[in-house]
Amino acid sequence: MLVVGAGVVGAACAYFCAAAGLRVAVLERGGVAGGTTSGGEGNILVSDKSPSPELDLALLSVRLWGELGERFGPGAFELEHKGGVVVAQSPEAARGLAALTAEQRGLGVEAVDVSAAELAELEPNLTPEVCAGAFYPQDMQVQPMLAAAELLRAARALGATLHTGTEVLAFRKRDGGALDGGASAGAALGRVVTNRGEFAARWVVNAAGTWGGPVSELAGAPIPVLPRRGFVLVTEPLPRVIRHKVYTADYVANVASGDAGLETSVVVEGTRAGTVLIGASRERVGFDRQFSVPIVRKLAAQALGVFPFLADVALLRSYLGFRPYCPDHLPVIGADPRRPGLVHACGHEGAGIGLAAATGHLIAQQLTGATPDLDLTPFRADRFTQEVA
Amino acid sequence: MRFSFDGKEITAEPGQSVGAALIAAGYRSWRTTRHGGAPRGVFCGIGVCFDCLVVVNGRPNERACLTEARPGDDVRSQEGAGRGDLTC
Repeated sequence: MLVVGAGVVGAACAYFCAAAGLRVAVLERGGVAGGTTSGGEGNILVSDKSPSPELDLALLSVRLWGELGERFGPGAFELEHKGGVVVAQSPEAARGLAALTAEQRGLGVEAVDVSAAELAELEPNLTPEVCAGAFYPQDMQVQPMLAAAELLRAARALGATLHTGTEVLAFRKRDGGALDGGASAGAALGRVVTNRGEFAARWVVNAAGTWGGPVSELAGAPIPVLPRRGFVLVTEPLPRVIRHKVYTADYVANVASGDAGLETSVVVEGTRAGTVLIGASRERVGFDRQFSVPIVRKLAAQALGVFPFLADVALLRSYLGFRPYCPDHLPVIGADPRRPGLVHACGHEGAGIGLAAATGHLIAQQLTGATPDLDLTPFRADRFTQEVA
Repeated sequence: MRFSFDGKEITAEPGQSVGAALIAAGYRSWRTTRHGGAPRGVFCGIGVCFDCLVVVNGRPNERACLTEARPGDDVRSQEGAGRGDLTC
């Protein structure tokens, strides 16, 4: 099988498939973890998911990331079982949060309602301006680029090959014939043309992240994956003054929103290196990489509302990433019924790092003929065309 | 023009950086790393590497190579993140 994309999702697909006995080659037009993965924060969250197929995927993924962390050893990719703390700063937000945690608990999420006093114990530097909160011990963090690199290293040790600087230019049928529009409907993929020659395989996994849309179009089976831009601010290195992943209750509402305009809600977390990451903005502006002072200012101001001591802390830099989203905010995972041989593993929006482990595991199960641990129907590639019809 | 470094008087030219003045005064390192406490001074000299950090008038993590020395500045060497005041 071929995996298109050496981000964390492609790396997880390569690792789980190689471990399941498949012969794997990873094709990456740039370098390892140089695209969607490089713009992420490393969140592995169940806390921000409302009851949905995505929450089922997240629950499976936290279990698998925990196992990967044990298998790869402490520090391999900075996996930290740090837990998440969600802060409600108004009575309405507190009520909404309590309703969410109750629902989540019913589905197997560990979600503990905590008082303002307990929040101060969990996060001593938190603003006292809080009503209530929730603690999610299952939330974790990784260094996403290290995670992708380590998964690929392990996949290679299992026989997989990695081809960087290798861009997919076209797909062909098994006999080498071109995929020519309607005449090729239902024809199976079998070959991939790249700038470094042709590759043949029974399966091609589209793990191209935010660029999964164009790859699907090359394969003649389009899926609507679009970019949503997000900025992240990086502070100077600090001692461990922020212990958990801390965010405000309105983050959940923003993640689920379909608005095109700018939305910001604060997510603050420390890293192993000492820097504190401050996210997260979301806006649909295509692939515009231009720096934006108003967005950075707004994110910084919101962070101060949660951790006032940050007023005295300098920012070193900011970065941005493009979160690959589908119109229904669910990823596309599994074999594409419209194009035999084509398999998707993309469109995870801002949760791709967290959902990568489950995605790779489920793809490996499907391609080896095992029954996937989760029903993949909600993630099917042809759900969008069905909506149109 | 003079400023103080860990209580000692340092002479600087107008417009000179704190880092350049410290080197001219014979200092090679004035910060310890967060992990391991290894000595650090000017490395890149152009504001990129964040090795030459000092505390200037109570503010930690100032890059000595980019900070202009001003009369009466209270410059201090920095230990680790320079944030021992924060609750961990």
